[in-house]
Amino acid sequence: MKKLSARRRHPLAAVVVLLLALAATGGLYAAFAPADKAQADETAQSLAIDEGKKLYAVGCASCHGTGGQGTSDGPSLVGVGAAAVDFQVGTGRMPAQQPGAQIPKKKVIYSQAEIDQLAAYIASLGAGPAIPTKNQVSPEGADIAAGGELFRTNCAQCHNFTGKGGALTHGKYAPSLEGVDPKHIYEAMQTGPQNMPSFPDTTLSTKNKQDIIAYLDAVNGDDTESPGGLELGGLGPVSEGLFGWVFGLGALIAVAVWVAARTAKAKKS
Amino acid sequence: MSTTTTSDSRSREKAPAGERVADWADGRLGIYSLAKANMRKIFPDHWSFMLGEVCLYSFIVIILTGVYLTLFFHPSMNEVEYHGSYVPLQGQLMSEAFNSTMHISFDVRGGLLIRQIHHWAALIFLAGMFVHMMRVFFTGAFRKPREVNWVFGFLLFVLGMFTGFTGYSLPDDLLSGTGVRFMEGAILSVPIVGTYLSFFLFGGEFPGGDFVARFYSVHVLLLPGIMLGLVVGHLILVFYHKHTQFAGPGKTNNNVVGMPLLPVYMAKAGGFFFLVFGVIAAIAAIAQINPIWGIGPYRPDQVSTGAQPDWYMGFSEGLIRVMPGWEINFWGHTLVLGVFIPLIIFPLVLVAIAVYPFIESWVTGDKREHHILDRPRNVPTRTAFGAAWISWYFVLLVGGGNDLWATHFHLSINSITWFVRIAFFVVPVLVFLATKRICLGLQRRDRDKVLHGRESGIIKRLPHGEFIEVHEPLSQDALHTLTAHEQYKPAEIGPTVDENGVERKVNGPERLRAKLSKGFYGEDNQIPKPTVEEYKEITSGHGHH
Amino acid sequence: MSSQDIPEENLPAAQDADEHAPGTVAVADETNPFADPGLPPHEHRIQDIDERAASRSERTVAFLFTLSMLATAGFIASYVTIPSDKSIYVFPIGHVSAMNFALGLTLGVALFSIGAGAVHWARTLMSDVEIIDERHPIAAEPEVRAKVMADFKQGAKESALGRRKLIRNTMFGALALFPLSGVVLLRDLGPLPGTKLRHTLWSKGKLLVNMNTNEPLRPSDVAVGSLTFAKPEGLEEHDEDFQKEIAKAALMIVRLQPENIKDKQELEWSHEGIVAYSKICTHVGCPISLYEQQTHHVLCPCHQSTFDLSDGARVIFGPAGHALPQLRIGVNDEGYLEALGDFEEPVGPAFWERG
Repeated sequence: MKKLSARRRHPLAAVVVLLLALAATGGLYAAFAPADKAQADETAQSLAIDEGKKLYAVGCASCHGTGGQGTSDGPSLVGVGAAAVDFQVGTGRMPAQQPGAQIPKKKVIYSQAEIDQLAAYIASLGAGPAIPTKNQVSPEGADIAAGGELFRTNCAQCHNFTGKGGALTHGKYAPSLEGVDPKHIYEAMQTGPQNMPSFPDTTLSTKNKQDIIAYLDAVNGDDTESPGGLELGGLGPVSEGLFGWVFGLGALIAVAVWVAARTAKAKKS
Repeated sequence: MSTTTTSDSRSREKAPAGERVADWADGRLGIYSLAKANMRKIFPDHWSFMLGEVCLYSFIVIILTGVYLTLFFHPSMNEVEYHGSYVPLQGQLMSEAFNSTMHISFDVRGGLLIRQIHHWAALIFLAGMFVHMMRVFFTGAFRKPREVNWVFGFLLFVLGMFTGFTGYSLPDDLLSGTGVRFMEGAILSVPIVGTYLSFFLFGGEFPGGDFVARFYSVHVLLLPGIMLGLVVGHLILVFYHKHTQFAGPGKTNNNVVGMPLLPVYMAKAGGFFFLVFGVIAAIAAIAQINPIWGIGPYRPDQVSTGAQPDWYMGFSEGLIRVMPGWEINFWGHTLVLGVFIPLIIFPLVLVAIAVYPFIESWVTGDKREHHILDRPRNVPTRTAFGAAWISWYFVLLVGGGNDLWATHFHLSINSITWFVRIAFFVVPVLVFLATKRICLGLQRRDRDKVLHGRESGIIKRLPHGEFIEVHEPLSQDALHTLTAHEQYKPAEIGPTVDENGVERKVNGPERLRAKLSKGFYGEDNQIPKPTVEEYKEITSGHGHH
Repeated sequence: MSSQDIPEENLPAAQDADEHAPGTVAVADETNPFADPGLPPHEHRIQDIDERAASRSERTVAFLFTLSMLATAGFIASYVTIPSDKSIYVFPIGHVSAMNFALGLTLGVALFSIGAGAVHWARTLMSDVEIIDERHPIAAEPEVRAKVMADFKQGAKESALGRRKLIRNTMFGALALFPLSGVVLLRDLGPLPGTKLRHTLWSKGKLLVNMNTNEPLRPSDVAVGSLTFAKPEGLEEHDEDFQKEIAKAALMIVRLQPENIKDKQELEWSHEGIVAYSKICTHVGCPISLYEQQTHHVLCPCHQSTFDLSDGARVIFGPAGHALPQLRIGVNDEGYLEALGDFEEPVGPAFWERG
């Protein structure tokens, strides 16, 4: 509980709580609830699908086609699953504003309830990964060190040692993972948004994913310690070299100017 | 010596204790003759003359902290499991080198501080040497009699780079290990012997279990030993040559004007050591460097984006990143030009700046001693060459950090690579031409200032209605300072036919030299400095403009 | 360097400015307005004429030295009292180690104050009268030179090195040969390469083991668009030669739609669109794995070599000279992915014997 209570101070904590509350009470709860409950919520779910379909027709159909079959402007959404929708819309990447090398993270324009409805609709088009449960994305009880090794094997090549992001070809990039909701990190691994490859449960188990989330929480969280002082972006030798030149050598030259300067002379009377 | 007369020693018995110690030392070490020459040695005051001291002191700081670090560091690649106090690495397999670096960082009190001081001081040491070298270059302080010291300094810079690289590799973390693997690839690219060199260096296949121990002895013993010798030689020569100075009233090529070593420079230079150490310690308190705990232990199948060496190796990283992937296969052999060409250009970039002084002295044919520094504008070709070289170096640094430029300025990494490929050839030429023009412009301004005086900003209306700006004549100090520089005339090939009508052969080097000399000092390559006659004509004519 | 003399007229005109005897304060010269006026007269500092200013400086210096002593005391106190795992928040630096921050700052202040005190002392209280020191030519006087030359000749003659050629030649021979012992001693730095760079742990029938789960992979585990790393069955992280073996054997597995595979051999060596490529870049050996699943390009984070995994891992950008080696894979009787042999060409950076 220590981790959770620490996270309460996060500026986005209220939003997360709100979103979680909405998710918990929203009609989509059924989608990832145990099967026996699903029946009871069947009506709620079909209601959500209907609502989602309406939202989809307004916001998404122009690119992804009226039935999610995809057009030249957007890929097919059949079988991408609720997790993909929750990630893409929940991080503001969808709906996309303009074509470019990569669709960036933006302000989220749908409420979580709406996102859940959209996800329910897309999930109804074909089976795909579901939105992870709260337990699945909690760093609680996970093995941080194992997560670190997994992160360095699978993720660091694009996202940097501690998830600060990095460059890909032709203007594409792996975004920084700082401040990203663990749920979205989980969904990204599972669905492989845009050019990111996916890491399905068959090759990167749910436990593995949880470990990775715990590692990121430990090394790139809000309270992560940088024992030696300023982190300098966590980018390695380039920013260190720049700092050394500007502030290190800069300070020493300023001192040298003082040492060598002439002392003020008494005014001539 | 037992022959010291008793009367002599008796007469000194009453001398203060300090003097008696000095006498004792003099009898054995001859310190008085040394002190006579050096105690009141004169050093001129200028901030740029302290850049060398920045290097010297950061070097001393590196040695002091380095010795401390050796007390805790284990240069071994034996695999161990981590059980120190840093949680996100608990139970991970790592080499003893990495483990002991973690121990220094988290479990030795003050260990992290010393590690950070050591690393920051190294970055500053190299940066200081770079700037110091450029100061010497642009002011022409490398001219006779200081050519040998220029070479010493250059060697120190190059050795510093390799000492830094080997030190950076010691913790055996994922980032430095990637750098070592790059080094393995570069060695493998050497034709014929590359594979053997690599196997000898790593004790077999990469990574093997030897390179940390081998780099360790190179890093703490071999290279610093040579560097220490060079530093001592460098300093002895500085003392022996006496320091250069800028032109100014009272300053000639035959004197040096400044403050004595005792007491002023003892206090200033001694104090400066503490200032440098203090600043570096404060930086190590404020800014983190090389956080190996976040980087993780080395594994040859893992990597992170943003894999770069420390800044001083950045230009070689740029070379290797922008090189096209050329590879030639013939008769069962592979010539890896894509790696080998950068490996060859890497020393050439450095040598380009190192040999310039010798080329210049050949072109001028000047065999005299020079102790008065040039203002960069007064030697346009040298200044333009230096600026072009710096721009070249900088272009390569951009290439070495192309991924970070891409992410931070939202550019395409491919476009940056292409930019660097073209800029590598184009930018130095442009910078050369632009710098030369700027220098000539500044020379013209100096000339105007000398002949017409300084613009005073006062506007005067003449009786016939014309407005003029009053120019104040310069003081004699300023006139002297602005005209003290020498100007070479371009070398001529000379008559090719002697008095008997026999034709003399003009060899290639001679012709080249005449051509270069014209490019250095010919018309349009320097502005003739004002002569006394010109000055008198203008001032006596009461003319302002 | 050419030793040829250059005509006098190419050297700068004789410097009329240099004509004053150094050190003398010259008077303004009527004939040469550019002449060296000599060292300007010394001007006093405030501290030179005002005793109160001087004692103010003294107090400043003493204060700085005292500050240094206090800072050193602070350093020792921090060392003793602060727990080494204590973290504090310092604005705007962030959460830092209290120990590192306290020790660094106190050490910095202690040192900087000594330096600042000494420099302030020198600048304000020590004499600031500029002193002139004469230079003397570095080169020796002709007589000295002649004497040295004569001595050398004498010594050379006495050694008879020039006359007794046998001694000279054998000595040069001995001196030239003995360093060879040192060279020979370097032989055992490492084994000869042999064909070690040509082989990896992969061989026919070795299962592809998932790096993440340590379980052998089945074709159904690998989805289109996913990225998986594998090692050969039997290689464990605790093994002594794990580092050396994984440095060559590391494998990258992706699945493409078979119709997207442009290269015929690649398709042949794949299994249901699953292709296995060496993870080691053919440029200088970085583990290349920045896979863009939509373009099927894989980028090296070290030097940006880019390979097209849908076209035989051909190089499409950057400094790498040849394609990534592909591992031929298939499925064994139990339905697991297996290697059908070793890589057919050496993995990793190219080398002279690679061919």
